[in-house]
Amino acid sequence: MTENPNANGDEHNANAVPAPRDTGGEVIRVRKGMFGANNGGDTSGYGGLIRTVTLPGAASRPYGGWFDEVADELEGALEEQDLLPANAIEKTVVDRDELTFHIAREHLVQVARTLRDDPALRFELCTGVSGVHFLGDKGRELHAVYHLRSLTHGRIIRLEVSAPDSDPHIPSLVAVYPTNDWHEREAYDFFGLIFDGHPALTRIMMPDDWQGFPQRKDYPLGGIAVEYKGAQIPAPDQRRSYS
Amino acid sequence: MTTPHATPRATTEGTVYTVTGGDWDEVVESAVKSDDERIIVNMGPQHPSTHGVLRLILEIDGETVTEARCGIGYLHTGIEKNLEFRNWTQGTTFVTRMDYLTPFFNETAYCLGVEKLLGIEDQIPDRATVLRVLLMELNRLSSHLVCIATGGMELGATTIMIYGFRDRELVLDLFELFTGLRMNHAFVRPGGLAQDLPPGAVDQLREFIKTMKKNLPEYDKLATGNPIFKARMQDVGYLDLTGCMALGATGPVLRSAGLPHDLRKTDPYCGYETYDFEVPTADTCDSYGRFLIRLEEMRQSLRIIEQCIERLEPGPVMVADKKIAWPAQLALGADGLGNSLDHIRNIMGTSMEALIHHFKLVTEGFRVPAGQTYTAVESPKGELGVHVVSDGGTRPYRVHFRDPSFTNLQAMAAMCEGGQVADVIVAVASIDPVMGGVDR
Repeated sequence: MTENPNANGDEHNANAVPAPRDTGGEVIRVRKGMFGANNGGDTSGYGGLIRTVTLPGAASRPYGGWFDEVADELEGALEEQDLLPANAIEKTVVDRDELTFHIAREHLVQVARTLRDDPALRFELCTGVSGVHFLGDKGRELHAVYHLRSLTHGRIIRLEVSAPDSDPHIPSLVAVYPTNDWHEREAYDFFGLIFDGHPALTRIMMPDDWQGFPQRKDYPLGGIAVEYKGAQIPAPDQRRSYS
Repeated sequence: MTTPHATPRATTEGTVYTVTGGDWDEVVESAVKSDDERIIVNMGPQHPSTHGVLRLILEIDGETVTEARCGIGYLHTGIEKNLEFRNWTQGTTFVTRMDYLTPFFNETAYCLGVEKLLGIEDQIPDRATVLRVLLMELNRLSSHLVCIATGGMELGATTIMIYGFRDRELVLDLFELFTGLRMNHAFVRPGGLAQDLPPGAVDQLREFIKTMKKNLPEYDKLATGNPIFKARMQDVGYLDLTGCMALGATGPVLRSAGLPHDLRKTDPYCGYETYDFEVPTADTCDSYGRFLIRLEEMRQSLRIIEQCIERLEPGPVMVADKKIAWPAQLALGADGLGNSLDHIRNIMGTSMEALIHHFKLVTEGFRVPAGQTYTAVESPKGELGVHVVSDGGTRPYRVHFRDPSFTNLQAMAAMCEGGQVADVIVAVASIDPVMGGVDR
């Protein structure tokens, strides 16, 4: 975490309080207007409103609580394996009392194995992988999010790995956490994330011959308009969105 | 050999028979005739003992299962995708339908996640939290009762089935009284609950506890010491601690391997750390141990419910923040729970501001600050985790449910391979998978 391009706080701040949340998080979308009217006709005066939405950015030390201990141990353990922590851990985010390590995908398996095996870390239980598709996060559209639980120490952390839409490959964690077998198949099925090294990466929920990856944001929800008491109610994804 | 029920057809994989009734003898006969003794049996997806639409693909050699695989996805309904097109409050209506036997766990886990993203965990009224615990523990009872009932039925013990569903009905009656619905309640909402308990609810609850204290020992008398029951369950569906950890199994499966891991104790939520209860374990790693654990957990749930009743203080059940609290008032009408006509008359007739506010919140919803969170609750089946991502809008950007049924079902192969065909049913029943949760 010594290299922290987004940190705007003082690196040498010795106060024992968690660092303020950084504003330099990933830009995931730019919101325009206010009431969901995108194609003219917005007479509210808010049509020109432009807002950038960013995820919480990297935190700087100290993270607070046991977060520092875990980060120290992980960095130390990676250094012992001759892996520069700054290369493996892209950034560390502390948000809403949760610790997230953004891991470079090529080092994911090694980091996970370290987290599982190191006696001071011991994250024995992986609760699977959750895919997220950020269309607005250019070059890092597909995120795979892992939650690791340590029963020994009673802790839980999050690993986040990203891959671009053009190269949706992430190494498989099945060798480290066999429980991820079905979870990775599910993430593949819905997001098209290809987990390299998975023993049998096939569709699990959708039919085997299904085209496309349904939970990507550019995949339509579908549905048909229905008539109710004479009025046409459009399909859910055609309705006005206020987001 | 052709019969209307088992017509053979040649495929690239060998001869395939579709067996639909009591024509097993003919299939076995023809299998004996052929030189290849390897038979692959498709069990399900409409088999009555597979808890819904689970397809088991078994490679059997005689009576022994040499390989077992699951085919899932027959009940996939795209709930996670649908959530992304509804506002945050509407989300509970969807998630309650995931694992339909544990609706309150799904709702509470989801709402805890939304509340954490909103940063309003401290503002949730105490009464709402106590009621959430109460509903979850009642729900644990009903879920375990179904597990024991259907598990017993699959062994041929129809009495257990009748008893289990009889007692579950009592829980569902309570749910109906509290929420207006027996299932799919959408009662827990971000910020609190849809409404308060109706008059007379606590008395009914006390009556229920009394009845359950009388009924629960019946399962012990009927099954716990029963030699046939034990012979069918003991050492069946074996999965030790190493296997559980590797396969991510949680809940009764993990506790039957001797580890007292229960999120209510290890990572408490909803104030569980202040309740007095125990986490039962077994060291047998088998179906019988899981059965005993479920029985004991029901007794512990009754203890928690009693403590909840003592803690129920009058007060609000929804956050005070009117920018989040769902504005509608509900009333129980002759046809179930619906809008309160008095409330509608009030906002439509007397207060323009209330009407605008109502309209904005219902059509647009509230915004949730961008970020992500993971909240987990101990459902009757194990760790139910919810990963909620917000992009700062009025709709969830992504909601992922880590359903314990889904994860635990992976252990099916490890539990069944090398065992008897008849034991597959017992092993799967001891996992207690609910396909609504597995497939979502």
